[in-house]
Amino acid sequence: MHEMSVTMSLMDLVLDEAAKAGASKIVGVNIVLGEMTGIIDHYVQANFELLSQNTPAEGAALTFKNIPRQARCRGCAHVFRPTDLAWSCPRCQSLEIEITGGNELYVESIEVE
Amino acid sequence: MEIKVLKDILNANSQIAEQNRKLLTGKRIMAINLMSSPGSGKTTLIMRTVEKLEDKARIAVIEGDVSSSIDAEKLSQAGVTAIQINTGGGCHLDASMVNSALANLPLDDIDILFIENVGNLICPGGFDLGEYVRVVILSTPEGDDKPHKYPLLFSQAHALVVNKTDLLPHVAFDMEAFARVFQGLNQQAALFQVSGVTGEGIEEWAKWVTANLQKLRAQNS
Repeated sequence: MHEMSVTMSLMDLVLDEAAKAGASKIVGVNIVLGEMTGIIDHYVQANFELLSQNTPAEGAALTFKNIPRQARCRGCAHVFRPTDLAWSCPRCQSLEIEITGGNELYVESIEVE
Repeated sequence: MEIKVLKDILNANSQIAEQNRKLLTGKRIMAINLMSSPGSGKTTLIMRTVEKLEDKARIAVIEGDVSSSIDAEKLSQAGVTAIQINTGGGCHLDASMVNSALANLPLDDIDILFIENVGNLICPGGFDLGEYVRVVILSTPEGDDKPHKYPLLFSQAHALVVNKTDLLPHVAFDMEAFARVFQGLNQQAALFQVSGVTGEGIEEWAKWVTANLQKLRAQNS
């Protein structure tokens, strides 16, 4: 829902990193995106195309590594992927769970020329 | 050429949030980031808390709304220092908006600062504002199935306030089932049942707020 503000932060970050490296053009951005964030990669892509016009990042290819949400059961330590419909442990049915993955939202690397 | 970055995309927001946190704790202000759906009773909970604590603490409010200043006016009429942030369509507050608001508040005369986020159970969860505690309100007509629908917000809360308990006889809200699901997802959070209309549970909630103020003061004495 808030992809525009996330993409604005993304733009600032990659332009800053490219400038620090003395690069004149950004050709690729590798992003790690967790399912828990609710951020839709498709919208980030569309916003990025718009915001990057006339900047060194224009035309850069965004690559998303999508990380599914992951939980660990506090009862039996089973690690599983909660679905929209079921958050209880599929092994012991406990509701006592800890979210262990899917909150990621970071730039892993950029490719520059 | 590939350059390793490994930086959070919301890094800039986190840095400003950290500045806010430093400023607030330096002034010994306990800030609460209050998040919920629209209409769950954020402003009413603040008003009830003010009534309960007016002799004990000086309370101010940053009101985040997509538009209008209705809530800030309501609070100002009740004698509360309130400042409005209109996000102009934005679905959440971010740290820089709060930073600007802090510049316009009399920080030396505030003990507790409520930051009333934009009514939304999704987007506010991603943005640290520099608060001391995060509180989520859920009102009983919204239903008891919300924690698994909005796990980010519910799993990060320091306290959960179930509001509108006066409506429990009329709505399908199973408090026991709710508590089981919520506490399964979030072991640390305190859970309060309140009614902004009858005042039920406000005392216990206000005690938790005061305890956090004392804790912050002890950490920053």
